[in-house]
Parts: sequence; structure tokens; C-alpha cells
Amino acid sequence: MRIDVKKTYKLYIGGAFPRSESGRCYEILGAKGKFIANPAQASRKDLRDAVVAARSAFPGWSSATAFNRGQILYRIAEIMEGRSSQFVDEIVAVEGCTPTAAQKQVREAIDLWVWYSGWCDKIGSIYGSTNQVSGAFYNFTIPEPVGVVGAFAPQKSSLLGLVQTLAPIIAAGNTSVCVASEKFPLSAITLSEVLATSDLPAGVVNLLTGITSELAPWMGAHMDVDAIDTTGLSATQDKEARIAGAENLKRISAFKSDVSPQRILAFMEHKTVWHPIGL
Amino acid sequence: MHVIDGTSNSIKSFLKTLSPVDQVGAEARAAMLGTRSIKTSSKTWAIDMAISMIDLTTLEGADTPGKVRAICNKAVRPDPTDSTVPHVGAICVYNDMVKIAREQLDAVGGGDIPVAAVSTAFPSGRASLEVKKVDTEFAIANGATEIDMVIDRGAFLSGDLVKVFSEIEFIKSLCGDKAHLKVILETGELVTLDNVRKASYLAMAAGADFIKTSTGKVAPAATAPVVLVMLEAVRDWYSMTGVKIGVKPAGGIRNTKDAIKQLVLVNETAGPEWLNPQLFRIGASALLNDLLMQRMKLRDGHYASPNYVTLD
Amino acid sequence: MTFEYAPAPESTSVVKLKSEYGLFINGKFLPAKGGKSFATINPATEEVLAKVALGSDADVDKAVVAARSAYNKVWSKMPAAERGKYLFRIARILQERAREFAVLETMDNGKPIRETRDVDIPLAAAHFFYHAGWADKLEHAGVGSSPKPHGVVGQIIPWNFPLLMLSWKIAPALATGNTVVLKPAETTPLTALLFAEVCQQAELPAGVVNIVTGDGTTGAEIVNHPGIDKIAFTGSTAVGKGIARAIAGTKKSATLELGGKGANIVFEHAPIDETVEGIITGIFFNQGHVCCAGSRLLVQENIHDEVMAKLKNRIEKIRVGNPLDKNTDLGAINSAAQLAKIIELADSGDAEGADRWSPNCDLSSKGFWYPPTIFTGVTQAHRIAREEIFGPVLSVLTFRTPQEAIEKANNTPFGLSAGIWTDKGSRILWTAKHLKAGVIWANTFNKFDPASPFGGYKESGWGREGGRHGLAAYLKGGK
Repeated sequence: MRIDVKKTYKLYIGGAFPRSESGRCYEILGAKGKFIANPAQASRKDLRDAVVAARSAFPGWSSATAFNRGQILYRIAEIMEGRSSQFVDEIVAVEGCTPTAAQKQVREAIDLWVWYSGWCDKIGSIYGSTNQVSGAFYNFTIPEPVGVVGAFAPQKSSLLGLVQTLAPIIAAGNTSVCVASEKFPLSAITLSEVLATSDLPAGVVNLLTGITSELAPWMGAHMDVDAIDTTGLSATQDKEARIAGAENLKRISAFKSDVSPQRILAFMEHKTVWHPIGL
Repeated sequence: MHVIDGTSNSIKSFLKTLSPVDQVGAEARAAMLGTRSIKTSSKTWAIDMAISMIDLTTLEGADTPGKVRAICNKAVRPDPTDSTVPHVGAICVYNDMVKIAREQLDAVGGGDIPVAAVSTAFPSGRASLEVKKVDTEFAIANGATEIDMVIDRGAFLSGDLVKVFSEIEFIKSLCGDKAHLKVILETGELVTLDNVRKASYLAMAAGADFIKTSTGKVAPAATAPVVLVMLEAVRDWYSMTGVKIGVKPAGGIRNTKDAIKQLVLVNETAGPEWLNPQLFRIGASALLNDLLMQRMKLRDGHYASPNYVTLD
Repeated sequence: MTFEYAPAPESTSVVKLKSEYGLFINGKFLPAKGGKSFATINPATEEVLAKVALGSDADVDKAVVAARSAYNKVWSKMPAAERGKYLFRIARILQERAREFAVLETMDNGKPIRETRDVDIPLAAAHFFYHAGWADKLEHAGVGSSPKPHGVVGQIIPWNFPLLMLSWKIAPALATGNTVVLKPAETTPLTALLFAEVCQQAELPAGVVNIVTGDGTTGAEIVNHPGIDKIAFTGSTAVGKGIARAIAGTKKSATLELGGKGANIVFEHAPIDETVEGIITGIFFNQGHVCCAGSRLLVQENIHDEVMAKLKNRIEKIRVGNPLDKNTDLGAINSAAQLAKIIELADSGDAEGADRWSPNCDLSSKGFWYPPTIFTGVTQAHRIAREEIFGPVLSVLTFRTPQEAIEKANNTPFGLSAGIWTDKGSRILWTAKHLKAGVIWANTFNKFDPASPFGGYKESGWGREGGRHGLAAYLKGGK
């Protein structure tokens, strides 16, 4: 008989896997009440560090070519495919669903990376424009990433909801600080292991596990966060984040549809450039 | 001040120091100045100033001594019924008409009105330097005190700036202290405002007393953006060297409104110091009668008729 | 003798002012409940132009009810192409009555007639014309195949471009099938009320456009009214943040066009003469009462002196005075309060050691005036480099490299506009790419067009106005 070597579930910040600076972790029980893991319980300081990492990764990621970003998103799908069984096992353990249902979730998540991979170099041509102004000017509008996007992944899904949240944010060229589902955080850490080996530059995605209600106010009020996806917050938490977020006019969205190019655009700014046409 | 020693390198390196011109921005500025509303007393002042700035011009193959004498009479007394009308700035003719013009002006009390001769194989400038030399010397010998030469646009466009520069320098040496030199850039053939700016500086550095837009034989001629860029050039040349160079738009300025727009351009670009016939001329023929009719309207309070201004 | 321009005042006879104006609700002019009113004055003379009704909570409610009823019964049921025709009608009437609007705007706002005549009013008409054509093409607006209007839109506009901001708000709202409750600014209500007459002439169904004049409390009533589905606001960042907080947790969405501190970047190979014009347009257009003004001039240090010399020479030619004079370049400051704010901030520039320069100009003792002013020797730490002055005051800073220019330009909580001046194409695109601003003018400045999206990054607001992107903000497509 062999004893399993179990994984220590840590945070993912700036490409590294630290424990919470607070030293805290919290207990995850399986569907049948059985102990599964003690993931890190991120603190406001971990969130702060993650924002710093995301901010420093932003210039590089946002100015990478769209082709390059698309390739990296596709690479994420490739690496996930190879880790499918691990994701399936974790989802079954924490969600208590059937292996078939878990497998469906994993496949959809992988395919979603592929779908968003293809959007990277198309979003600008479809949602940008050249504008026919009255006068001797060339005028065009292009969508650009908004910056550092805080995200609260949906609470009810381990992996698919997380990918639905993260993929459009980084496809746009943003960097992210993403808080995983409080109850189902394990896939997030496994996903970060995938991200760390997918040519995704360190800091582009930072994943935090922990207590949503503890982290949400700090995310909402952080002045160096440009936007928030509040899909994983309760109505009350969402409202509080919006009130706090008003201080630097964060772009805040919660999404009803799971998959849409509008989810990419929600975290993009439209920039319009004018130039004279002359000799 | 010598900013160019005439070598290709010195010309090129000097022209490289010039700021580029953004055509759309220059047009917008010129158009904005075109919206200035000049009324009542300022309009009266502007009309008389414009009359005194006119180089009354006839440059036709069909020019005859009779025609030239007629415009000389008109130059001295633009409105025979009103002695308060100033005389024009100069008479501008081909070189074979210089003598006739000079004599006629002197005979009818226009002794202080200069005769300008177009020169250097006007309007194309396509002739040997020898021909251009004789052309100029002949005009001066016959009494021209202003020479309106054309630059070699072919040389300019082919990049032979030394040729353009040295020709101007040479003609200037022929003028000496006997004649003022106006250098015609023929901006309609230079096409871009960047070229207008370069040619303006080339002319000023080579000794031009005036820079002039056009021959009147090529369209477009004295458009507002072109004049704007030339006025900027003389303004900046003055701050660089302390020397004031004149500007002469010619061609296409046919009515009072156009002429007043030119004066506004001068006033708000080079500045009020340029608002005199020593530093600003308008090459025109039909313009004069429109100015006279507008002047009558201001004086009499009702609109005038061409029947009351002389046809010459 | 010099060339003095004799006064060339535009005639005011084209404007027929009433002594009192009511609220425009459900197609009719009504007095405010309780009969409160306030005066609007000509800021160039301080003369009272008219008394205007001060809308109360009850009036806002009445307007929202009218808008809702018009939305339910008429506007949302009308074929889109027919809706568009009303906008075309409005555009045409604005063109027909352009002179009247221009003169009235100049009287109520203080801006030069040259600008109202050549910019504000033609652009306002163009906005209706542009959006009219969108009404029956909304499925191409980029928000999905069956976009829906929000319903009743509450719109609050500023005093700097009164009719133009009205058109930026009302034209897209109506084109997309929304109905509107709009509050014009307290100091400039008159062209909005004249616009109400245009709606009557266009036979726009009653209640589609409602105009409630008033002050900040009236605006707050609109923001907080539960019958409003969407807010569109142009104004200060402070008020914008208040709106963002007020609508948190509600179903209201918002478009916010807020403040700015636009960087106007001049590189060494700029076309200097046109750049000087662009600097002038950037900061002195509309007395600098422009959210996207190029109020921070960033000049490459090696051409600073040359640019300053030319700029000062050019500023000396600015004609300050009677806004109704067709030759006036710089008109009156819109209000005593705004003048006080400009004075306070500009004085901080003196106190913090920047060098002030203004040309000699005679300012009238009546009315509110501020001379064109530039401060040199400004650094990022100065208040006049960070805070929006919203007046004819330019702060001049220098930089050494393109990277430094970008860092300084982006070193602000705002992100509305920026300017780039250089003859070098690749540098324009590099700079435009790195600037955090929603509108970038390269080798031009302060150009506006209904087809061109306008709006800011960061604290300069949410969303865009104009173009397809601005239109989309008035539609729900399902995120």
C-alpha cells in the first residue's frame, strides 16, 4: 500500500505560489463532509501584493501582440487538456458531482480557452471602428485593455465559472487579481499551476483563495484596481463594491451570460485617435 | 545675415532646421482668420490701404503701349472723381513695356510710383542664365526699380537647390541698389506648404526683398494658407535676422473681401508692422475697381455700379 | 496707423426672450410646483436675461411619469424609421434657426458668437442628423441582434456647451427608442428651453422629451428617481462619483463624462506654427471651459523657449471681449462661481512658484472675465498641473524623452483627452498607444464630430458618447 502525496494548495501571486502572508488557511470539506484540503486564506495584504504583481505585469501583457496573447491562451488549453483527470478528481471531490458531470465541466472550460484564444486578435477589428467624421481627418476607435481587473469568480462552479471569468479579462490584454469560489477553490490552484507552465507571464493572472466577504471590500476600494467583475459577489457585496469603487470610478460589471464577447469588451476602453489628412 | 553660404550642404542643413507645416492646421488657421468681420471705419481704412498696396498689373501677350499708358493713368488717379483715393503701390509689366510705363507715370504725376518688371523668363523661368541676365539688366536700364523674378521650379523640384539659390543671388547682384527684388515662388507648382516654406527661406537667404506667391499664370495662386505660411516665414526671418522681408500675394485676389482677408492675415501673422506698401503688395488688376466700388458704397451709403469706375 | 477692427456685434434681434420660462413637461410649458424660479444672467454683462422655473421633486416626478407614458404608449411602439424622421426634422429646424440659437447661447453662456455660430450649433444639428440615421439600424450597433432601449433616461448636462451637450444626450437617446428627462445647467437653461420649442415645431409626441430646469437638487431628484432606467451625466468628477454611489445596487446604468487634465505633448519635430494654434485651441477654446482641454502642455525641453516665444506672440493676438462681437476669440467666464474657482487655482500657481504670464488686455468691469494666462516652470507637484482649472489657464511642463512624456501625461487620475504634436508618424502611433486617454488628437486638438466616440479613461468617466460606441450605451443587448 502507498500513501498519497497530497498537494498543498497555495496562492498564486506574481508567478509564485506563496502561502498567505497571514499564515492562515481554511478547511475545505468534500460533499460528504470529508476533509479535503487546507487552502490558503488570503488576506488584504495578499490582495495588495497581487494588485502590485498585476500592475507590474500589465505593460508587458497589454502590449504583447494579440497574436501572441492568442497563442498563450491556446497553450493554456493544451496544458489543461493534459491535466484533465486532476481537474475532474478535484471537482468530483469538492462539488460532489458525477465524474461525467465533472468531465463535462473540464472540457467546456478547456474549449472556452480555445474560443477566447481566437478572440484576442479579432476583438479590435470587430468592435473598433473607423469613423467618418466631417472634415480632413482620419479617425479611428480601438478597444484597449482597461488595466488591472479584480474578479470574483462565480461561487457555484469550481472551474468553468472561473475560466468564464478569467479568460475574457486576459484575452482583452488586462491583468487580473481573481478570487476563486470560496467553497470550491481547489481548481483555481490547479489552474494556476497550468498558467504557470503555459508561457503566461508572471503576474498576468493572480489567484487568491479565501473568504469572499473579507476580500471584497478591499478590492472595491483599492485605488489601483481599474475594474471589477462582481459576478461571484452577493447582491449586497456587489452594491458595496460599487459604492467603494466609485472613488476611482472603477468599471464594475456582473454578468448574466456566461460566454460573450461583451465580457471582453466590459473590460476594455475605447480610444479614439484623430489625425489630419493633408499633403 | 548669411545663414547659407550657397553650398549644397549649407542649404540642405539650413532647410532641415525649418519646422514642417501641417497643411490641415494651416488651412484651419487661415480659414478662421477669414471669418474676421471688418466693418465701417476699419473697412474704410483697409480699402485705402489695399489700394495703396496694389501692384497694378498687366501681363498679357496682347499688351500694347496704349494699354500700359491707361493703367499708368489709373495707378495715379484710381478714381478721377475723388482725389482722396490713394495711388497704387506700383505698376507691373513685361520688360519691353517698362520704359513706356515709366515715361507715362512721370508724365501724369506718378513719379513716385515704381515700375516693376517681371523678369528671368517670366512666367516659366525656362531660359539660360544669360537670357535671364539680359532680361533683368534691360528692365533696370529702362527704369524698372522693382524686379519680379521667378525661381527655377524645375530645379527646386529636382533637388538642385544650389541652382535656385545662386540664380536669386545672381539676379540680386544685378539689382544692386537700383532695384528691389521680388522673388516669385510659383506656389501652385511647388504644391505643398512645406515646399512653400522652404522656397521662402531659400529666397530670403539669397537676398530677396520680397517673396511673391505666383505669376498669376498658374492656379492655385495666392491662397490664404500659402500667404499664411509666407507671412510666418518673414515674421520668423525677422526674429532670426532683424531684417524685414516683404510679401506679395498675386493672382486670384479679385474683390474687396479677398483683399481685406489678406490684410487680416498680415495683421495677425506678421503683425501690423507689415501693413504698408513697403512690406506688403497685392498683385492684381480687376481688384482695384472692386475696391473703388466698395469705397463708393461706404462713402455714399448705397451700392455702386461698374459704370462709375473706369475700365482701365 | 494700425488696423483696428471696429466692433462687429451680431444682432440680438433674432432672439425673442420671454421674461419667464416654465418647465417643458409632456409637451407643454408649466410653472414649477410651488412656483419657485431663478434668474439666468448674461455673464458678459450680468444682466438678467429671464426667470426660469426651479423644478422640484414633484416636477421631476411629473416629467418621469410623462416620459414613461410616452415610452409605453408611443415611442417604443413607433416603427424605428418613423422615429428617425422626427430626429431628421429636429436637425433641420436647428439648422433653420441656427442663428437664433447661436445668439441666445452666446448671451446665456458668454462664449464668443464665432464659436456658437461655427461650432456649437452646427455640431448640435449634426448630432441629430447623424443619430436620426441610426434609428432603424440598431441591430448593427454592436450589442447583439435585438437591442432594446433602457426606457426612461435621466440626463444632466453642463453649462459649457449647453445646446451641444443637450444634443449629445437627446439625439442618441431618442434614436435608440428611449424617452428623456433632461436637466440643463443652472446658469445656461435658455437654449434647452428654445429646443423645447423645436420639439413642438417638429411635432415630437408629448412626453418623449421633457426638460426640467433647476439646480443641483433637481439633478439629484432625477438621479434618485426610481422611474429612471439610465443616467447620462456630463459634469464634474465629484458629482459623477456621487451618481455612481447613488445608483449602486439599483438597476440604473450610467454614462458619465467627467473632468480631465489633458496633456498636450509637443515633440521637437512638431509643425511648430500649427502646434501653437493647437495649443491655443486646446486651452482657450470656449474660455478653457472644456473637460477635454489641453490644459497641461508638455513641451520637449529642447524646443521649450522657441515654442513659448511663438505661443506668447500668438496669445497677444487673442481678442478678448464682447462675446457677441464676431471678432471676439475669448469671451466671458460663465459665472461668478467659476471665475472664483479659476482665480483660486491660478493664484495657487503663483503661491507654489510657477511663473505667470498674460498679455495686456482690457477687461470689462461688468461681467466675469479672466485673461488668457500661461504658467511656465510648472512641475507635476503643482496644483495647477493636477487639478482641473476649467478656465483659460495653461500649465507648461517640460520633458526630455518620449517615455518621460508618457509617464507625465499619464500621471493623473483623469484620462479624457491628450494631444500629440510631431511630424513623425511612427512616434504619433507609439505615443497614442501608450496614452491613457479616450480621445487623442494628433496634430490637431479639440475636434468633435457626432461620428467620433468621445469619453474618458479612469476618473474621466464611464462609457462613450458619439459614434457607434456612444449609441450602444443607450441600448441593452444582454451582457
